[in-house]
Order: sequence, then structure tokens, then C-alpha cells
Amino acid sequence: MHEVLPPQPIRPYVAGMMGQGQLSFDGVSCQRGGRMLFERLDFTLEPGDAAAVSGPNGIGKSSLLRLAAGLLEPAAGAIRREGRIALADDALGLDRHLPLANALQFWAGIDGGSVANALAAVALDHLGQVPVRMLSTGQRKRAVLARVFASRAPIWLLDEPGNGLDTASLKNLSVVIADHRARGGIILAASHQPLGIESASDISLEAR
Amino acid sequence: MKALWALVARDVRLSYGRGGVVLPVVFFLLVATLYPFGVGPDGPLLAKTGGGVLWIAALLAALLPIDRLIAPDMDQGMLDQLTVRGVGDEVTGLAKLIAHWLGFGPPLMIAVVPAAALLRLDGETLWRLELGLLAGTPGLAALAVMIAAITAGLRGAGPIAGLLMLPLAIPLLIFGAGSLDPQSMGALKLLAACSMLAVSIAPFVAGAAIRAARE
Repeated sequence: MHEVLPPQPIRPYVAGMMGQGQLSFDGVSCQRGGRMLFERLDFTLEPGDAAAVSGPNGIGKSSLLRLAAGLLEPAAGAIRREGRIALADDALGLDRHLPLANALQFWAGIDGGSVANALAAVALDHLGQVPVRMLSTGQRKRAVLARVFASRAPIWLLDEPGNGLDTASLKNLSVVIADHRARGGIILAASHQPLGIESASDISLEAR
Repeated sequence: MKALWALVARDVRLSYGRGGVVLPVVFFLLVATLYPFGVGPDGPLLAKTGGGVLWIAALLAALLPIDRLIAPDMDQGMLDQLTVRGVGDEVTGLAKLIAHWLGFGPPLMIAVVPAAALLRLDGETLWRLELGLLAGTPGLAALAVMIAAITAGLRGAGPIAGLLMLPLAIPLLIFGAGSLDPQSMGALKLLAACSMLAVSIAPFVAGAAIRAARE
């Protein structure tokens, strides 16, 4: 299906964040499958901060995000997180057979966010009634982002959020990210392509 | 708490909305229909053995949707998303247990009425069967959820899940079939005790299995 996007209006999402967050890594080491991926990583993200994780494939960028999300335990060190977390990784996290709006509503019902605003923010508001499994790769990625936008969480962990997005959606994403930071949100993103995040600190993982 | 009921409501809607609830019931009735063909139309024999057959059918019906209980949610990242929201894996396990029971327990207790007629069970036996299923099906659901969580990461988990669950279900089967005997009231109590034991450990076992699969 070829989708014609309207000339991209800037749509600030209106999710209404729940409180402020903070995320800090203190001497964190990550071990997966008996292999040390990285050691003694330190950083702190305060409200309004953004950090981009960079490094070659397989260096542990996704593992870093999963550590930050609390899905993995660090081999050493401590991770402190205050405030709620929203994670966009390569898993869809949406019911594939449900219409997009209903699938998002399951999470929004728990988080208290607005599905309509989130869908508008990723320009998918016209596809709310389409089952998730019918969406294209790029649209799925946008649906995952909409799930994050509707989460009202101050800390966003984004794993390759720009993958499969078209130019207009990429631009839109950077607008929403800037908006989120302006409200005191925190972004931790792993990406191979520039996301247009201003003054993001760089967390560079290097081959050992 | 909110997440628990949201998850239960979603899973129940899933099993009722997409016909998942029909499968165990049809299977159950199929067994009740086929059994007389197997042993012959001998009324007293059917009445004597029918209750036990229905217990075996209930056990297998609980096992039917086992590969759809946990694994798809794990693959799609739904379980990760719940954890990120601070929902404990044990709470997820409990929600899965409640939803699975609601998806097959009550429908089975309705299906047992026509099944009892097919097997020439008398009213007294039907009543005992219903009581036994009420006490025993939560235990069957608990076993199914535990095994589903343990086997969720495996390839071709269906047959393995069956092999794992059937021996564990033997106590439920013994006391379930035993509770049909009008002389013994103790079997029903033991059935309820076994069932309660399974229900009380299932959220923790399922939670630990989900956490282990994440590594």
C-alpha cells in the first residue's frame, strides 16, 4: 500500500507527562551469554537531557537500553531510575489482530495517556481502525512510537527509532522528541542514523 | 492492580472473541460423543465410567491452548512492556491464570451438561461432576499456565508441554474421578486442596519462568 502523507504539519503530542524522571548508571557492566559487552559505564540523565548511544553492531546498545528499562540485571554496578519508563524496541508490543487504536488503548488504559493524540503525533490517525498486522514496516515502527508517546512516562528509551521511517516521519519524530525534552522528559536513544536531537550527549560503546 | 485486570480483560476478550473458547468445549463434547462408539452403547457401563472419561477430557481440554497462553505475548514484547511498567512477572502469571480459567472452566462446566446426557450419567453424578470441576479446573488452569511459561521459549513446545503437564495432573485426576463416588466426601476435599496448592504456586513459578526466559 502506498500511503500519501499530507504536507507534514508539526503536531506536538499532548500526552501530559507524569512527574519528572532521572536515570543514572553507576559503574554498570553488562554481560550477555558469558561475554562482557561493556564495563564500568557511568552517566546521569536529568530532566530535559538526551543521550545517544553509538557503537558498532553487537556492541551492546540494545542491551544497554534493556538494562535501563530494568529488563536485564547488570553484572556489576547500579542503575537508578526515578519516574516511569517507556520502551520502544524491535518488539511490537501490540496485539496484531486488533485495530491499531484498540491495541494502543490497552496500554493507554494502564498508563492514562491519549491514543488519539499519540496517533496524530505519528500521522497514523487515519489508520486507527486498521488491524496492526496490516500495517507496513514503517507504520509499525510509528505505531510503536505512538505507544511510547501515549505512555506519559518521563523517560523514553528508543532503540533504533528511525528505522524504516520516511523523511517526514523522521522530522516529526525529532519535533516530538524536542517537545518531550522541553517538558522535562528524558531521551535515551540508540540509533545509527542522525535523529536530529539537539545537544544530545554521546554514550559511545567501543569494541573491546 | 489496574494492569492485572486490564490483562485479564484483554485475555478473556481474546479467548471469547476469537473463538478460542470454542475449541476446548468442542473437544470435550467430541470425546463425550466418541466414547460410546468406542465401548458400545451399554448404558450401565457408560454411566459407571463416563464421569472418569469426562475428567480426562477436561484435563486435555485445559492443555489445548497451552502454546497460546504465554509464548505469543513473550514474542511480541507484551510481557516486556508490562515489566517496564512495573508490573511484576508474578502479577502477569496470576492474570494469565485467572484469564485461562475463565476461558475454559465455566464453558466446560456448561458443556458437561450435554456431555453427561450423552454418557447416561444420572443427576447425582452430574452434580458431583460439576462440583468437582469447580474445585479442580482452577488447578488444571494453574498447571497449564506454569507449563506454558516454562516452555514459552522453546521450539515445538506443544508436545513437551503435554509430556510435562500430564504427570503433574495425576493427583487432580485421581481425586477428581474419586469425588464421583457417592461414598467418599474426602476425595472432593483433597481435590480442592491439590487445586489450591497448584493455584497458589502457579503465579510464582510462571513469574520465575518468564524472568528466566528474558536473560
